[in-house]
Amino acid sequence: MKRHSWLGQLGLVLPFLIPVVLFSVIPLLRGIYLGFTDYRFGFEMRFNGLENYRYMLTDRYFWSSFRVGAIWTIGTTLGQVVLGLALAQLLNADLFGYRLARVLVLVPWAMPPVIRGLMWNMVLLPDTSGPVNHLLMQAGLISQPINWLSSVSWALPSIILVGIWGGLPQASIVLLAGLQAIPKELYEAASLDGAGVFSQFRYVTLPALKPVITSLVSLRFMWNFNAFGLVYTLTQGGPGGRTRLPMLFAYEEAFRYGNAGYSAALGNVMVLVVSLLVVLYIRRELKESEV
Amino acid sequence: MDYRLKNLLAKAVMQVCLLLFVVFLAFPLVWMLSTSLKPNPEIYARVPSLIPKEPTLDHFRVAFGQQDLLSGIYNSFKIGVISSLVVLVLAVPAAYALVRFKTVINKSVMAWILVSQLFPSILIIIPLFVVLRNLALTNSHIGIILVYTVWSLPFVLWMMRSYVQGIPEELEEAAFIDGCSRLQVLSKIVFPLLLPGIVASGLFAFVSAWNEFFFALVLLKSPKLTTLPVYLSRFTGSEGMTRLGPLAASCLVATIPTLVVFTFLQKGLVSGLMSGAVKQ
Repeated sequence: MKRHSWLGQLGLVLPFLIPVVLFSVIPLLRGIYLGFTDYRFGFEMRFNGLENYRYMLTDRYFWSSFRVGAIWTIGTTLGQVVLGLALAQLLNADLFGYRLARVLVLVPWAMPPVIRGLMWNMVLLPDTSGPVNHLLMQAGLISQPINWLSSVSWALPSIILVGIWGGLPQASIVLLAGLQAIPKELYEAASLDGAGVFSQFRYVTLPALKPVITSLVSLRFMWNFNAFGLVYTLTQGGPGGRTRLPMLFAYEEAFRYGNAGYSAALGNVMVLVVSLLVVLYIRRELKESEV
Repeated sequence: MDYRLKNLLAKAVMQVCLLLFVVFLAFPLVWMLSTSLKPNPEIYARVPSLIPKEPTLDHFRVAFGQQDLLSGIYNSFKIGVISSLVVLVLAVPAAYALVRFKTVINKSVMAWILVSQLFPSILIIIPLFVVLRNLALTNSHIGIILVYTVWSLPFVLWMMRSYVQGIPEELEEAAFIDGCSRLQVLSKIVFPLLLPGIVASGLFAFVSAWNEFFFALVLLKSPKLTTLPVYLSRFTGSEGMTRLGPLAASCLVATIPTLVVFTFLQKGLVSGLMSGAVKQ
């Protein structure tokens, strides 16, 4: 039975491998290469080495989009993981209605990103007919309705809030699973040793969740950094580029202005930045757990 | 006594926090539902209210009167179903082979699954766009089905792999000893046991195609061919703000399939994600 295994496996795996290689591996390698050319859609392509990257260093839009991207990614990832941890604790605490809450909490997850954006457009309407403005004015916290998505100062915080909202369900469910995997005896032993709620959290919960948190932060970081649909429908990168994430910038370069080579170069830099940060983060976490 | 009081207080605070979380997470959907049922004057009223005073289904009527919405639903559905079926046909045998026979291919496939998570879709779409255009497959459903298939393959393979791992190999060996042929083992033992996993993975692939926006935005240009998210995304900005009611109604309709799938899959989804997350 095992003798033909290599051939047998190839037979079963080949139908899967061919499309993946043709339409995923090769395009990806080609995409990386395009980042070192001056390719524009419909024109001849010429290898130009590091020209794109030299230009990028002087490109004001590049710096501003990566700055926005950094704030967005750190803000959403941190918010999702910290609030997700709090929510997971609550869902795990045997409170009234926790079963229903576990289902309701998943709502944002089930929505397509485009609809998440449109929905928040309605919630954040710029005049008093929007519920957020209405409530804040009722509470006396603001005197004028705020144009959340097109104001220079509010647009980025607003989309970060929506981003946290969208990623919270997945983060909290993964963390809840992690919490449930912690043996109850550990808490019993800790409380016998006189540990209060906070030191139980600090010395039992957090260390036990460490691997889950590490993988969650890495995945969330990558996904948030590469986000597109949500912000596209919320602000389209506006006002004045204040919410133009790297993906939106690269999309516009390629499919609005036709600068495919430069856009691919932006993609290369995005991969480089993200993988460098994720690798550094994971290595640090691994080292800490060894000590 | 003091301890019990403190405990009670802590419970109450936690209860309030949980309620706040639920309101935060569910409110936008509730608000959209309310908008879709309000007559226009109520939508644009200076003082908004959560519960419609004179609920109406007019917006749904208007929404369904739009040819583009109907074709968007049809296109999204068709593309989602075909691409998830193709994904399953490719991924199920591959997952089985990867688990049961351990060779060099395994490591490279697994490495690819991880690497593919890292790359932004812009890097893959530019060359893909050129290739598909040369094959005259941009602005066609075949092209987008191809892209969605390849896009969800890594994750579906990952899911299917864990389902196959859940079937003890001894079960198959026992069937062999009892005189089953390879085909019989696969069809009578392996397939029935895998069925829940196949359904879950298929639904997952369907939902990711149904929700996908970026590739459809780039690849599908004509309004007749476009998918639901691309159709809806046209209503951002001032155009949508003047027609909030029908927009809310259309968005609700577009959300129903994913909501149904999610409630249906909730348990399996949670435990599936658990195993993926905790194992690392």
